Amino acid sequence: MTEGNGSGDLSCPLPVDATDTVQLAHGGGGRKMTQLLESIVLATFDDPELNRRHDGAVVDLDGPLAFTTDSYVVRPLFFPGGDIGSLAVNGTVNDLAMCGALPICLSVGLILEEGLPLETLRRVAVSMRDAAAKAGVRLVTGDTKVVDRGKADGLFVNTSGIGRIVAAARIGPEAVRAGDAIILSGDIGRHGTAVMAAREAFGFEPAIESDCAPVHGPVSAMIEAGIEIRCLRDLTRGGLASALVEIAETAKRGLAIDETLVPVDAPVSAACDLLGLDPLHVANEGRFVAFVPPQDASRALALMRSFGVSRDAAVIGQVLDGPPGEVRCRGQLGIDRIVDMLSGEQLPRIC
Amino acid sequence: MRFRDEYRDADTARKLADTIARTATRPWTIMEVCGGQTHAILRFGIDQMLPDGIELIHGPGCPVCVTPVDFVDKAIEIAELPAVTLCSFGDMLRVPGSRGDLLRAKSRGADVRVVYSPLDAVDLAAAYPDREIVFFAVGFETTAPANAMAAYRARRAGLANFSMLTSHVLVPPAMRAVLEAPDGRIDGFLAAGHVCTVMGTREYEPIAHAFGVPIVVTGFEPVDILEGIYLCVRQLESGRNVVENQYARAVRTDGNGTARAIMGEVFRVVTRNWRGLGDIADSGLALAGAYAAFDAENRFGAVVSKDAIDAACISGAILRGESRPTECPAFGTRCTPDQPLGVTMVSSEGACAAYHRYRRADLGTPRQ
Repeated sequence: MTEGNGSGDLSCPLPVDATDTVQLAHGGGGRKMTQLLESIVLATFDDPELNRRHDGAVVDLDGPLAFTTDSYVVRPLFFPGGDIGSLAVNGTVNDLAMCGALPICLSVGLILEEGLPLETLRRVAVSMRDAAAKAGVRLVTGDTKVVDRGKADGLFVNTSGIGRIVAAARIGPEAVRAGDAIILSGDIGRHGTAVMAAREAFGFEPAIESDCAPVHGPVSAMIEAGIEIRCLRDLTRGGLASALVEIAETAKRGLAIDETLVPVDAPVSAACDLLGLDPLHVANEGRFVAFVPPQDASRALALMRSFGVSRDAAVIGQVLDGPPGEVRCRGQLGIDRIVDMLSGEQLPRIC
Repeated sequence: MRFRDEYRDADTARKLADTIARTATRPWTIMEVCGGQTHAILRFGIDQMLPDGIELIHGPGCPVCVTPVDFVDKAIEIAELPAVTLCSFGDMLRVPGSRGDLLRAKSRGADVRVVYSPLDAVDLAAAYPDREIVFFAVGFETTAPANAMAAYRARRAGLANFSMLTSHVLVPPAMRAVLEAPDGRIDGFLAAGHVCTVMGTREYEPIAHAFGVPIVVTGFEPVDILEGIYLCVRQLESGRNVVENQYARAVRTDGNGTARAIMGEVFRVVTRNWRGLGDIADSGLALAGAYAAFDAENRFGAVVSKDAIDAACISGAILRGESRPTECPAFGTRCTPDQPLGVTMVSSEGACAAYHRYRRADLGTPRQ
């Protein structure tokens, strides 16, 4: 990727106000870049650590930490229920939550394509600020690069995040035991169908909204309540199916779920039927599964349902001794089938 | 959801399965023609609800599966030309040709795009007059009317930069070919409901009569399929062989006249080579003379026939209903959805892919 134009501010005869799109010069490290950062990024995020404008953020932390990173390249940039900005904040917040951590601060890396309307950048920045405020997380350091037109799809975002571990025990597939209850935090398939419908302009009415949201609230509440969470996994690309298969394979256990207990909104279900997609494989951005011991299941479920983001939580199945790596799903007619990960990209059926 | 949930009702399905069990006094072999039905049968476990004597054989009705490798090769060759944009339905992108698939061509730099309607490709041609827009037109009678409409609109708009690589196929000649196979053992058919939505049911009457087989036009939900099986078994048990319509909520005897008219305007009936079945006379559609200018084969050279199927692959026998996916030594080992040897493992409607996705563990096949 091009690291700006490297030509300094001598090549920038126009004041920044004279343009309404991102120029290569905005990535040049000169005055224009400073103006762009001051007028949009710093002004919007407005964090004291960021405003020091140093090479990095200094934060005071103690105890075991979780550290994660993710990059966001969604197209279109804006879709019903969210945009690349809220996605980039919530996605990383959720990754931290899945480690049993309370998210503290994020970094923001922006890769801007020459020609991106500044208004678009402003909207995304505002969305990131709002998402961060809602999730109670600070945006403390960042980086901005501009690449030639055609070298990026408008705007890419990377966020890395640090969170403080609040869970007493290590959360992960290795802790999963036979008999554990599998709790799903809400209805599935909304993000994937919302983005696909927006990208291809299907014009579903009413529009399907992404489930993009931070989920650390219910996770922290369960930890504080002393529920022994064995494993957590947020359901992003690959959907519920991929998350369960990954856990089954790593934990070397069998999983059994009941399809009739998995909530799918009627419009999402109809869209999936139309496109030949299985909701189990469709992406989510505000859903997770929690594995808890059977005696904690009803308490965990009640706690999850007390949060808006997980009000439709449901126990969908349980962990079996084996066969290792196998996920079985009891279908609507009461007959079991194997659940597998998607092979490659999700492609709509021909007819 | 109306028109769907009632056709997935577990009680209704169970009652139908019981009725089938009470009706059948001897074994019967029934072929479901359409890949969409195969997918539903495996997904919902309909075959496991049937009494032991009723065997379902999966027919050649997956459009991706029966498209010859030569057409995939040609599509890749065209896509890799400069200034060409090749548009295709999504699941054609993963179909292996003799040298890779369209997804790999795309990663090498070819402009390959998934469209949800062939008319999107016509819009692209209008928007980008400097590029050649080629639509990969495959499928049965279900996709033919919309594909015909694309050519019709392109001609009316005078879009000289639009063309179609056409490999359309027709269901009735394939059913005849299956019935004429020397070791054929099919007692009855579930005909493809959506094909009949377009074409109606009349063209199946001569087949039912000539071969003495019941043909039940059937839908795609579990209750549809079980009811179709029941109607088929009932005919077999009483020695009848007529065309019956289980899918009356979507299929009329004469089909969709408007759709058939545009197909008649744009296409002509030709002999087609079917993957696994070979050449079948009058079994496909090509662009009619008035649309020859929109034929990608006229613009970029004709498709060259060659045989490039992996020797271990038994997809031909599977498409003819002679073998089951699990009888293939490569199933789940050398051949998986990630690395398909044959097309029946590619599409979600393909019999091998459906077995791999829903049944692998029952078969004792090692995981990848």
